[in-house]
Amino acid sequence: MPSTHDWINNPLGVVEGMFAASQNNPSSGWEAKAVEFFKDRLKEKDAHTSVPSLNDVPLHYLKPNSLVKFRCLIQDMFDPEFYMGVYETVDPSTKVLRCGKYKDVTECGVDFNSRNTVTAERQTFYCVPIPGENPWFALILSHSYAGSSQARVVPSTSYVPSRQKRSYEEDDDMDDMDTQPQKQREPHTGALIPTEQHGNGDCKRLETEAPSSQMTPASHLDLNFPLPGEKGPSCLVKVYEDWDSFKLNDTLEVYGILSVSPALSALADEKDASSSLLDPAECMETAEEQRVHSPPASLVPRLHMLYAKTLPHNNPLLPSAPLEDNSAFLSSTLSEMASVRAELLTYLTHVLLGDALAAEYLILHLISNVYTRRDVLPLGKFTLNLSGCPTVASYTERFYQIIQQLVPCSYYLGMSLQNMNQMRLVPKKDYVANRLVSGALQLARNTSLFLDETQLEQGQLDTTGVRNVTALGNLISWQKVDYDFNYHQMEFPCNINVLIASEGRSLLPSDCQIHLQPQVGPATMEEYLSSIHMHPQASSQLNKLRIYLSVARLLDYSISDEMTKSVEDDFVDMRKDDPQSISAEDLHRMLVVARLLSLSLGQTSLSRDSWLRAKHIEALRRSRMEQHKCVNGNEP
Amino acid sequence: MSSPTSTPGGRKRGRNANPSTRKFICFSVFLPNEVDMSSPLMYGTPSSRVEGTPRSGVRGTPARQRPDLGSVRKAPQVDLQSEPPSADGAVASEPNAGQKLVIWGTDVNVGTCKEKFQRFLQRFIDPTSNEDENAGLDLNEPLYMQKLEEISVVGDPVLNVNCRHIQSFDAELYRQLISYPQEVIPTFDMAVNELFFERFPDSILEYQIQVRPYNALKTRNMRSLNPEDIDQLITISGMVIRTSQLIPEMQEAFFQCQVCAFSTRVEVDRGRIAEPAVCRNCNTTHSLALVHNRSAFSDKQMIKIQESPEDMPAGQTPHTTIVYAHNDLVDKVQPGDRVNITGIYRAVPMRVNPRQSNVKSVYKTHIDAIHFRKTDERRLHGLDEEAEQKLFTEDRVQTLKELAAKPDVYERLSSALAPSIYEHEDIKKGILLQLFGGTRKDFSQTGRGSFRAEVNILLCGDPGTSKSQLLQYVYNLVPRGQYTSGKGSSAVGLTAYVMKDPETRQLVLQTGALVLSDNGICCIDEFDKMSDNTRSVLHEVMEQQTLSIAKAGIICQLNARTAVLAAANPVESQWNPKKTTIENIQLPHTLLSRFDLIFLMLDPQDEAYDRRLAHHLVSLYYQSEEQMEEEFLDMAVLRDYIAYARTYINPRLSEEASQALIEAYVDMRKIGSGRGMVSAYPRQLESLIRLAEAHAKVRFSEKVETIDVEEAKRLHREALKQSATDPRTGFVDISILTTGMSATARKRKEEVAQALKKLIQAKGKTPAMKYQQLLEDLRGQSETAITKELFDEALRALADEDYLTVTGKTVRLLA
Repeated sequence: MPSTHDWINNPLGVVEGMFAASQNNPSSGWEAKAVEFFKDRLKEKDAHTSVPSLNDVPLHYLKPNSLVKFRCLIQDMFDPEFYMGVYETVDPSTKVLRCGKYKDVTECGVDFNSRNTVTAERQTFYCVPIPGENPWFALILSHSYAGSSQARVVPSTSYVPSRQKRSYEEDDDMDDMDTQPQKQREPHTGALIPTEQHGNGDCKRLETEAPSSQMTPASHLDLNFPLPGEKGPSCLVKVYEDWDSFKLNDTLEVYGILSVSPALSALADEKDASSSLLDPAECMETAEEQRVHSPPASLVPRLHMLYAKTLPHNNPLLPSAPLEDNSAFLSSTLSEMASVRAELLTYLTHVLLGDALAAEYLILHLISNVYTRRDVLPLGKFTLNLSGCPTVASYTERFYQIIQQLVPCSYYLGMSLQNMNQMRLVPKKDYVANRLVSGALQLARNTSLFLDETQLEQGQLDTTGVRNVTALGNLISWQKVDYDFNYHQMEFPCNINVLIASEGRSLLPSDCQIHLQPQVGPATMEEYLSSIHMHPQASSQLNKLRIYLSVARLLDYSISDEMTKSVEDDFVDMRKDDPQSISAEDLHRMLVVARLLSLSLGQTSLSRDSWLRAKHIEALRRSRMEQHKCVNGNEP
Repeated sequence: MSSPTSTPGGRKRGRNANPSTRKFICFSVFLPNEVDMSSPLMYGTPSSRVEGTPRSGVRGTPARQRPDLGSVRKAPQVDLQSEPPSADGAVASEPNAGQKLVIWGTDVNVGTCKEKFQRFLQRFIDPTSNEDENAGLDLNEPLYMQKLEEISVVGDPVLNVNCRHIQSFDAELYRQLISYPQEVIPTFDMAVNELFFERFPDSILEYQIQVRPYNALKTRNMRSLNPEDIDQLITISGMVIRTSQLIPEMQEAFFQCQVCAFSTRVEVDRGRIAEPAVCRNCNTTHSLALVHNRSAFSDKQMIKIQESPEDMPAGQTPHTTIVYAHNDLVDKVQPGDRVNITGIYRAVPMRVNPRQSNVKSVYKTHIDAIHFRKTDERRLHGLDEEAEQKLFTEDRVQTLKELAAKPDVYERLSSALAPSIYEHEDIKKGILLQLFGGTRKDFSQTGRGSFRAEVNILLCGDPGTSKSQLLQYVYNLVPRGQYTSGKGSSAVGLTAYVMKDPETRQLVLQTGALVLSDNGICCIDEFDKMSDNTRSVLHEVMEQQTLSIAKAGIICQLNARTAVLAAANPVESQWNPKKTTIENIQLPHTLLSRFDLIFLMLDPQDEAYDRRLAHHLVSLYYQSEEQMEEEFLDMAVLRDYIAYARTYINPRLSEEASQALIEAYVDMRKIGSGRGMVSAYPRQLESLIRLAEAHAKVRFSEKVETIDVEEAKRLHREALKQSATDPRTGFVDISILTTGMSATARKRKEEVAQALKKLIQAKGKTPAMKYQQLLEDLRGQSETAITKELFDEALRALADEDYLTVTGKTVRLLA
């Protein structure tokens, strides 16, 4: 058994073997072969489950230089670096060529003047766990690991428990050592850090768990998570090929060789005064930059990428392969689609105080997805503004908790004055540390962003606040975030589902506004609300709903020529009756509603029924808005 | 001769540009010696410096270190005859030469190289040169000889050499320069100095002339740097984001024996000093101590540059590179500057620990700068020409020209513009012309200043008619676009503000959207929501194309040659067809008249239109990406087309075209004069010219012809018809835009005022009247409806005549 897992425990051995074999034959292209080898291994059935994951297994349980996987988001891209691809050892007796690929540190003295040295290039990405992952996510994953018995036990015999214990201490010691000099530096660099911590304290992240006591002792090191209150390992991923194909904010599953060599951490501390005088190249890098670009490996491990795949969705319940390749799964889900939808509708109607129409729209919102862009126009987005939310018994927060149960990634942003004025929403380039300081809007695709406008209070927005509100508006209208690069702004497209809960009409733009009509009297409201449970259904039921939402989003969709014609006719007719009542924008919306409605029923093309139904619910919604307009005339 | 001899020599500090706090005393120790100045290997090492007594001639002028080329060269020359060339790949460039010396590791022969470069300097002529650096030089004389002459007069011993010139003169020399800059540039230096002192034997320079090549074609983009570029001459463009403090770097250490006071000098080799263990004079071990203030230092500065946003692929973060500037290049650039840097790309291995054998297997890379060239300098000075000459490949130019040759190129391009927005053909055409812009004309000699070449456009109309989308599209299309919303921008945000730089604590001018979009387009959404204060800064920008700033002790005039594309919503949220444009959008007419084209984007409300619109929208949702691509031009092609036309095409008016323009203008004036009003002003004529020029640019034509004028006329008329039609009469009336009121309205106002006056006079001697009563009386008397506003205006007119005053609800007669 262990021999079969050699490629997991000692991938470098495999690489070096291939390198050595290629020495006689320079044109063998061993690098491509090595990558191919690991790809093939991982394709084997269940092979990828036996690779330990950095997301679930604490770092000190993982064996250095073993193969691990990491599910992450590319938060920042550092500059490419040149490394010694091949080098020669300096010791004349054992003058051999060594391979420097997939390694951070060379093992023995290097002959710098050797002619055989090959310089190669690689790129470093700073990766963080996918922001806003909901707790059920990890739960499911750890379940699946328990099944395959690979959970925490490292599949290696070299790990004796007693050693584990020592490694613990070592880690701690090292942390302490690291902390000392950094703490001393803090006064100089402190300008940034206090505000950030301040921000952390204020943001009401609706995590049910209390701040855990076993937080890493080195929490002062800002790991640059997009969302406040996140934790988990972040990682410097070294990419050897094709790095241009990766984009910022891509979600990846990286398979790579873990490198936690203490020599890397030593690097930061070894800078004594004498050496820096003579080696000006070293002292040019600011202390902040050093900290960011070479943090202690015990906190930010290095991962040398062998293979990575972009995740089409972020739902552990779905097979990771593309849907088309998995027809059995697809057909079984599709057949169940309608019934699951009905179930979800009932559930959401219950949650939305008995308002079935709002529940319908909520489903449409939850499966919406920017599927393409026409020049600047993102298509398929469906930002929903749920107005008329009751402000009693923290309804919105309960509501968010329900959503949290359904979607893999979500984030709750209470739009209180304090939050808007103090939070960093837009990522900003910090030129001193040479990194992109993350903001709450740096989210993975298909993350649900819940904006709670009921938290709004009277007061003045300062400059940051205005900028934050503008950023939110841009996000909703164009699905893009303008990252602040100090001298210029850079636009990054995104794909975030924004749901706005508000009392009146939202101050932010939205694609669709629906006013909640509770079927529950105000007197019994409190009672009713407290009866909405977090887990009304068994988790298997809940899983079905989760699968449903993810699958519906991934389906393809088309409109036949015939339907096109009838939609056009419909539009012309509607305009004929009353040109004021329907504009191009309404048609835009109706097309999106029809699309989402079809998809929610598992239909991949628009049918006459769906179109009529879309028209119908749109009409209902509009009439409700009119009514509401009459009730309180202050609505514009 | 091939082994370098080490000779201690003194050095005179040649630098006075940076009066820093360094207190190093420099000694001049003159030792008689034989310095082999012909060897480049000696060149640039501290030991080769000579302080000559007669301060002229090659030998008399001190050489100055070139830390930018690497401090020490230990490379020996190799005689190709005696050593197998295969060892280092050294290939003799001229194999038939008897004895061939090349620098170790290269194929550079010093003698040949020198000769070639001298020939280049003496002979190179570039009659087509249009660089601003060469201003004032005779283009038909050897260019660099004139520059040497300039050096002899000015005394600034730096010779900038355009690599492209070398390439066109001698490709082999160019290749050597790119591949072995470290060896070739000192050779160039030598060559130039010999030549210079031969020609100007009496001139005195502070130090020897240094050659600074620039514009190497090797690499343009930071992203494309790769390990192959190491130790080669490269040119990259980028933006300076950070500069470090000045760092004194030791070049030569001075040691003195504590026992016998014998002194010795040690060169710094790759950042290290080999401390002599034994004193050569008295043989005491470990008696030598470093004397800091007798050591030689040079200036060094770390500069970080970042890719310019234009060069970056979407979805990636910009790369940064470290650049070291040496000696007088220190402090030449500031954060925020856009620069082209020519330098040598270096990679240095990182040592984990000097005592450890482990090495981090990563190199540190940087560029040793040899030459800086700011690309945005022109923004402050009025020098024309596009700063970055965008490079087009031959193929691309060919495709663009083919496209331009098509008869329907104008329609094609306009339909390629924002394909997701339906119809509005004329508006798209207007915006297209705006993207191309007119020809810039300079009349500053005749006192008029320069004429505006940019076309300004205002879109107004119902909400939800995709005005913002159009703006967003344009903003995304043009390289120097800025997008602001009237609601969110303040006057300083648009112009410039002064702030304290947190690093340098100096006051610096931060430019706002209008200045940033110089040579680009500034898109302003929700123009009507802008505060009056903010809008007022636009007056200057939109006509004079400059921005005057007087803030915090900084008084200056910045160029803001930006085209403005603005969008405004009507005041009553829906466009009221019964009102004029001015009344609908409530913008001051002084500002409106500065727009060349004002378009209304209205909902046409007819069936055929609806059907086409519906079809367009539905297809937007189901057509695949490829289908769309087929139908329309790629955005990248469009962008290149515009860039090419803007850079290379400068149309001028032809005779017929100017006649046509005159006619058009006279016609426009005539239309109005028939009814006693003016329908065109010189501003309109200027607009017409601009539009015609832009249309000629679309055709890639160097001449404005009658068809261009026709189209300009048509478009202008369309826009006028939409925006300057008097809703009361249905006639086009330009005075709505220029004075804010149509001529009929003005006439009507006068009539009412007269009627009112008559009414009051008819009433006889009543010093005070009730306001309401008077209004009713007037209404009863007049056959047309008198609105309250009209009445108020009439009262105001009479009050202006000092006929009456209005206080509250009573009207009093005066006198």
